[in-house]
Amino acid sequence: MKIIIDQDKCVASGQCVTAAVDVFDQRDEDGIVVLLNDNPPEDLAADVHQAAAVCPALAIVVED
Amino acid sequence: MTTPVYPMTRAEGCPFDPPPKLRELQDEAALVKVQVFDKTAWLVTRYADQRKLLADPRLSADVSTPGYPSQTAMAPKSDDGVGIGFILMDDPEHARLRRMVTAPFMIKRVEAMRPAVQKIVDGLIDDLLAGPKPVDLMEAFALPVPSLVICTLLGVPYADHDFFQQNSKQLISLTATPEERGQAHGNLGAYLYNLVGEKLENPGDDLLSGLTERVKAGELARQDAAGMGVLLLLAGHETTANMIALGTLALLEHPPQLAVLQETDDPKVVAGAVEELLRYLNITHNGRRRAVLEDIELDGQVIKAGEGLIFPNDIGNRDPSAFPDPDTLDLHRDARHHVAFGFGVHQCLGQPLARMELQVVYSTLYRRIPTLRRAAELDEIPFKHDGSVYGVHSLPVTW
Ligand code: HEM
Repeated sequence: MKIIIDQDKCVASGQCVTAAVDVFDQRDEDGIVVLLNDNPPEDLAADVHQAAAVCPALAIVVED
Repeated sequence: MTTPVYPMTRAEGCPFDPPPKLRELQDEAALVKVQVFDKTAWLVTRYADQRKLLADPRLSADVSTPGYPSQTAMAPKSDDGVGIGFILMDDPEHARLRRMVTAPFMIKRVEAMRPAVQKIVDGLIDDLLAGPKPVDLMEAFALPVPSLVICTLLGVPYADHDFFQQNSKQLISLTATPEERGQAHGNLGAYLYNLVGEKLENPGDDLLSGLTERVKAGELARQDAAGMGVLLLLAGHETTANMIALGTLALLEHPPQLAVLQETDDPKVVAGAVEELLRYLNITHNGRRRAVLEDIELDGQVIKAGEGLIFPNDIGNRDPSAFPDPDTLDLHRDARHHVAFGFGVHQCLGQPLARMELQVVYSTLYRRIPTLRRAAELDEIPFKHDGSVYGVHSLPVTW
């Protein structure tokens, strides 16, 4: 699994952190997404796909 | 066929369900022409299309873009030039301004506020239990919780709550005259303009004081700081208050669902329940509204530049292709993909805060007052058919 994030598109809704807290975090100054792990273990796959699905800015792409 | 008029009315005796006519239109077609205030616009009826289009940069949220389907005559700015923040702006200016206030709504910052919110909720329940009954839950609990929280976050004195609650309600009223709404906007705008002025002189440790740094640095006009204040103060209390009161009423009408919250200690169950109530009640029942900047094709049909779009997220959240058995309130379902906070770049900024407040309230109120019940017949309760945010004007309860 490979995750690509787009910080320019991100609107800091926090949805990805809620879905997969071990994979996504938010930048302290403005809440924009940061990736904690761009190739997380398989057991987090469902959470990561959930995060991508609920991102309102379509800023998360997951390649299996 | 005559063009249906939007918004539509809910069915008698079904205060939690969207208007049946809307659901019929959803069954019939993905795009439906409707009459709205002074023009026609396209209603985007289905969940998947709502998400797809709301995330499309060829749409504008600016009321002055040709084709924007206003719900009433509305002035985007008060007389003294205070707007209503970035909710009605397009990128890149929307993103520039939104990012000035995203930090306090980060998940970890909001989580750090949870103990303080729990304390507020517990204190208000202590007062309820010590006070007279029946009591209006809206006035005594549902409005104070988010108002206290947003006041602390913004740095607005809670003592002014009657003023800002009344003016906010007027500003989003669908039955107030344009003059009355303009007056309410003017009152809130002037109030926040002055408050920003005070914080320019004497900054504290709050969001509005943070914005004054931007004003001093020349990145933000004082009017625009005040406009963001109007948006955050309004959106920060009215919505969550309605979710608390309407959510409570919905749970009282569905005792097995109420029991789910009374019996659980699991924060995951509570969090899931909040998502389902957001989906089911979808209090922003007047549709997201946009104007089309460039031709867009949807399902073989071309939506032209200069036309208006309305996204009724209430029926998006009842679309059976996204939520099986959509009219059933089921706190155990996975509803996290709902569109109650909208979708696209304007998706609710305050959602982490709203979620946390609702989690605290729903996991506390019904456990501390297990015999809570309505103190009026359902048909005597005044629902907010007249507001662009749905809920109840008052909710008499006893225990
Ligand atoms: C349950 C409570 C809430 C609901 C259902 C809700 C719903 C919404 C919806 C549907 C939108 C999208 C508007 C659009 O696309 O046109 C929105 C935007 C917004 N909400 Fe909320 N909201 C809630 C609570 C809050 C809170 C607590 C705050 C702030 C403290 C807040 C601040 C905002 C702001 C600033 C925007 C504009 C975002 C933008 O344009 O980028 N909301 N909300």
